[in-house]
Amino acid sequence: MDYNFHWRPVFNKLPDLLEAGLLTLEVSLLSMVIGTVLGLLLALAKLSPLKPARWFAITWIELARNTPALFQLFFFGFGLGAFGWHLSPFLIVLVGLSFNNAGYLAENFRGGFQAVPENQYRAARSLGMTAFQATTRIVIPQVFKIVYHPMTNQMVWAVLMSSLAMMVGYRELAGETQFLASKTFRIFEYFLAAAVIYYVIVKIILGLSRLLAWRLFRYE
Amino acid sequence: MIEIQNLHKYFDVHHVLKGIDLTVEKGEVLSIIGSSGSGKSTLLYCINGLEAIQQGEVIVDGVSVHDKGADLNRIRQNLGMVFQQWNSFPHLTALENVALAPRIVKKLSKAESLAIAEQQLKHVGLADKLDAYPSSLSGGQQQRLAISRALAMEPEYMLFDEATSALDPELVGEVLETMRMLAEEGMTMICVTHEMGFARDVSDRVAYFHDGVMEEIGTPDQIFGTPVSQHTQKFLANVR
Repeated sequence: MDYNFHWRPVFNKLPDLLEAGLLTLEVSLLSMVIGTVLGLLLALAKLSPLKPARWFAITWIELARNTPALFQLFFFGFGLGAFGWHLSPFLIVLVGLSFNNAGYLAENFRGGFQAVPENQYRAARSLGMTAFQATTRIVIPQVFKIVYHPMTNQMVWAVLMSSLAMMVGYRELAGETQFLASKTFRIFEYFLAAAVIYYVIVKIILGLSRLLAWRLFRYE
Repeated sequence: MIEIQNLHKYFDVHHVLKGIDLTVEKGEVLSIIGSSGSGKSTLLYCINGLEAIQQGEVIVDGVSVHDKGADLNRIRQNLGMVFQQWNSFPHLTALENVALAPRIVKKLSKAESLAIAEQQLKHVGLADKLDAYPSSLSGGQQQRLAISRALAMEPEYMLFDEATSALDPELVGEVLETMRMLAEEGMTMICVTHEMGFARDVSDRVAYFHDGVMEEIGTPDQIFGTPVSQHTQKFLANVR
C-alpha cells in the first residue's frame, strides 16, 4: 500500500466541514419536524373511515417506504423540474427527506395509536372530554411514548440519509466533503473526516434522546 | 332521574338489548346482575352515550341522551363511569389523573382542580398516593383512583361496569367498601356486578338481565329470596 495520507488540507478546511455539519443537522431536524406533523396526519388518515383519505395515505406511505430515498430526492429535484417546478437544492433535500420521514413515521404512529387501548379514549370521553381533548390529552401522550424510540431511529436515519444531498448539489456535510475532495484530490481523508463528524452527530442525538426519555417517561 | 324507554341496541345483526324499560330515581342504588353477554354492560354504555342505540330513548334529568342535538360532553359530566379495566391514565400522577377533567372540561383554575382532586383522593383513601403514577399502584388502588376521578366531576349519577371483576380476589374488598361508602352518602348508582353480596346488602333494587331482556326487577329480598323467573332461579342457583 503506497497511499500517503495528507491531513493538512483537511485540517485547514475543518471549520467548513463543521459548518456543513450544522447544515446537515438543520435540514434533518427540519425534515423530522415536518415529517412528524405529516406522519401524524397520514396515520390518522390511514385509520380514518374515509376511503379517499385512506388511499392517499396508503399511496404516500407505500412510495416513501418501498422506493430508494435517492429516487425520491430526484423526483422532487429533476422530476418536478421537468414540469417547470424548480426547487432550490436545499428545498429538494428538505421536501424529499420530509416525504420519506412522513411515510416511515406514519406507520410507527399508526402502530402506536392501535397499541393504546380503546378504553383509554372511552374513559376520557366518559369524563366529558371532547374527542379532541381525549385524543390530545390522553391518547397522543401515550402514543408518543410508544413511538419515541422509533422516532429517534428515524432522526438518525434522516441525518444519514441527508448525505444524498450531494447528488442534487446541496452542500451540507456530504456535499461539502465532495466539493473539497474534488478540489484537492484528498478524497479518502475528507470522507474519513466527514464520517467521523457524522458519527459524532449521531452519537450526540442518541445521547440527548436517552436523556430526554429519562426525563419524560419517569412514570414507568 | 334516569328513564330508559323501550331501548333496543344492535351490534350489526346481533340484538343485544331487546326493549329495556327502566327508571332509576335520585338516591337509588340499582344493581344489575346476569350472565356474561346478557347486555347489562352495554346498557351502561348506552346510558352515557358511549354506544349508539337503534330504538327507544334514554332520558337523564329530562334530557334525551341520544337526541341529535344533545350535548353529550355536558351530560357525561353528570354521569360518572367506572370501568372493569380501571383505565387510569398511565402518563399522569394520581393527582393529575383526577384534576385533569375538572380543569379542562369544567374550566376550573389549576388550584381549584388540584384542591378537588386532593379532596377526592382522600375520600377514597388514597391521600398518601397523590404523586404516585398508576404503574406503582395496585389494581384496587387504581380502581379507587378511577372512582375518585369520576367523583371529581361532581356527578349526580355513578355507573359501575363490573368494577371488581378484573381485580385479584384480595383487592375486591377495598373497592366494594368504597362503593358501599358512596351508597351510604346517597349517591345514585347503577352497578353492573357479579358480587351478589354487594347487590344484596347495598342495593335498593336488583335487576336480572337475560339475553338482552330485563327478566325481573325488585327488592334484593324479592330477587334473592323469591325470584319469579326461571332464568333468575337458575342463575342464582349457579352463582351460590
